[in-house]
Amino acid sequence: MTDATAPLATEGRIESLAERQRRRWRMIIALRIIVFVLLVGGWELGVRAGWLDSFFFGQPSAIVDKLIDWIRNGTSIGPLWKQVWVTIYEAGAGFLIGSVLGVVCGITLGRNQLLSDVFSIYIKIANSIPRIVMGSIFIVALGLGSPSKIALAVVMVFFVVFGNAFQGVREADKNLIANARILGASNWQVTRAVILPSALSWILASLHVSFGFALIGAIVGEFLGAREGMGLLIASAQGSFDSNGVFAAMIVIAVVALCAEWILTTIEKRLLTWRPEVSAAGE
Amino acid sequence: MNAASAVALKNVARRFVTPSGDVLSALENFDLTVAPGEFCAIVGPTGCGKSTTLGLVSGLAQPQGGTVTLFDAPVTGVDRRVGFVFQQDAVFPWRDVLGNVMAGPLFRGVPRAQAEAEARDWIARVGLTGFEHHHPHQLSGGMRKRVALAQTFINKPEVLLMDEPFSALDVQTRELMQEELLSLWAQSGAAVLFVTHDLDEAILLADRVAVLTTRPARVKSVHTIDLPRPRNIATLRYDERFVAIARRLSDDLRDEVLRARREAMA
Repeated sequence: MTDATAPLATEGRIESLAERQRRRWRMIIALRIIVFVLLVGGWELGVRAGWLDSFFFGQPSAIVDKLIDWIRNGTSIGPLWKQVWVTIYEAGAGFLIGSVLGVVCGITLGRNQLLSDVFSIYIKIANSIPRIVMGSIFIVALGLGSPSKIALAVVMVFFVVFGNAFQGVREADKNLIANARILGASNWQVTRAVILPSALSWILASLHVSFGFALIGAIVGEFLGAREGMGLLIASAQGSFDSNGVFAAMIVIAVVALCAEWILTTIEKRLLTWRPEVSAAGE
Repeated sequence: MNAASAVALKNVARRFVTPSGDVLSALENFDLTVAPGEFCAIVGPTGCGKSTTLGLVSGLAQPQGGTVTLFDAPVTGVDRRVGFVFQQDAVFPWRDVLGNVMAGPLFRGVPRAQAEAEARDWIARVGLTGFEHHHPHQLSGGMRKRVALAQTFINKPEVLLMDEPFSALDVQTRELMQEELLSLWAQSGAAVLFVTHDLDEAILLADRVAVLTTRPARVKSVHTIDLPRPRNIATLRYDERFVAIARRLSDDLRDEVLRARREAMA
């Protein structure tokens, strides 16, 4: 994420704004690379000089070796791509189910005062439970396979999306609703033509956060008990005191999360073209 | 249409409960009648309940007392014959101009192709040809009002409610929009209930102007504006007859505004 604010032209020097922005952008990229080199290089040097114990903290070069080894020869629990796929599948399924449920429930309760008055207390209670603990229950109930991980991811995603969808409905412009009703819209048409589009920016914002939550749900679920997946890979690396393996798995997961983020941002930009801010902001 | 009145409010009361639990009366003993095809303007002191009357006629709000009728039948909900142009922008920001204008027919079950053809016709009538695929944020305030007018007129309303529709526009744009409205209205034959705080605007546009009292609002007086039509907004302001009417109404309204201020101070 970058900030959208352009530098202010303080001095009266004649210089095109585009050129200034390009220069600032180049500088930012250079600084980013410097930060990366300092952090990772410092880590590597620290280990080589003996300040850091590679047994506990790993070592960047060894992590890269580990990744290459995984890709070439597979991991201790099977081929790498299989573990990645299982985790993506569980997180993705949980994300889809959880966000659809969240949107449907959020809009239903947002549109119905009675339902929202009745259920608000239960939602608050359910939301205050540390949801990750539910993972143990799901594994007992649904077994070591994918369903228990999907269920945990659903629970992680649902409340975030629900909360945002509900708020989005409540924030919908009363004027627009009145206008739609006068123009002849039925309740369902008001929901589709006014409520849904105006809640959409809220919902999309929550989807960014909640894919991360779905991934956490899937991995923690695998961590608690599974036959395959990135969580199990981390757990088995931990079991053999292989900190490089834990870091390597983290990098794989980070790549997955960044890809999902990129896909979501692309979808968001396409859906929200009508908003003046969106086309101006972002990278 | 053989109804005696397009809109009639008889002995209407509308009250609100404030957050602190007090009952606030916006309208009491409110009587007003608009004949079919008539252009009636409502003026009154700020916050006196002008907009409340429109809410009642539209069916978006219900009165606590009295009756509101459309063509002699009681208002029971949002009526298909009613159009409403709001004070704030109420066009859908996520739809382009075409999508906004064809929204009404689509909501009412007109087939898409026919709705689109009608919408293109109305976009042309309000002078927005070429802007069909612009989104509202890409348009000026005056153009957004044109979209709102096309969006409303495409439904062929028999009663048109307008709540200070041009108050946010600059003076030149407002004059253009007033002309535009008069020509659209002349072709439509709709009865208009036009709320404004701008006395000149009321006189320039309306057949009759109702002056309201301070809250709770009643109709204080109704003035017939016998200026000939078609009216030229740009030059009518300087007509002696206009000036005479404006002076008469202005005195009437000033009494009410002063009374409102005395009550607020007391």
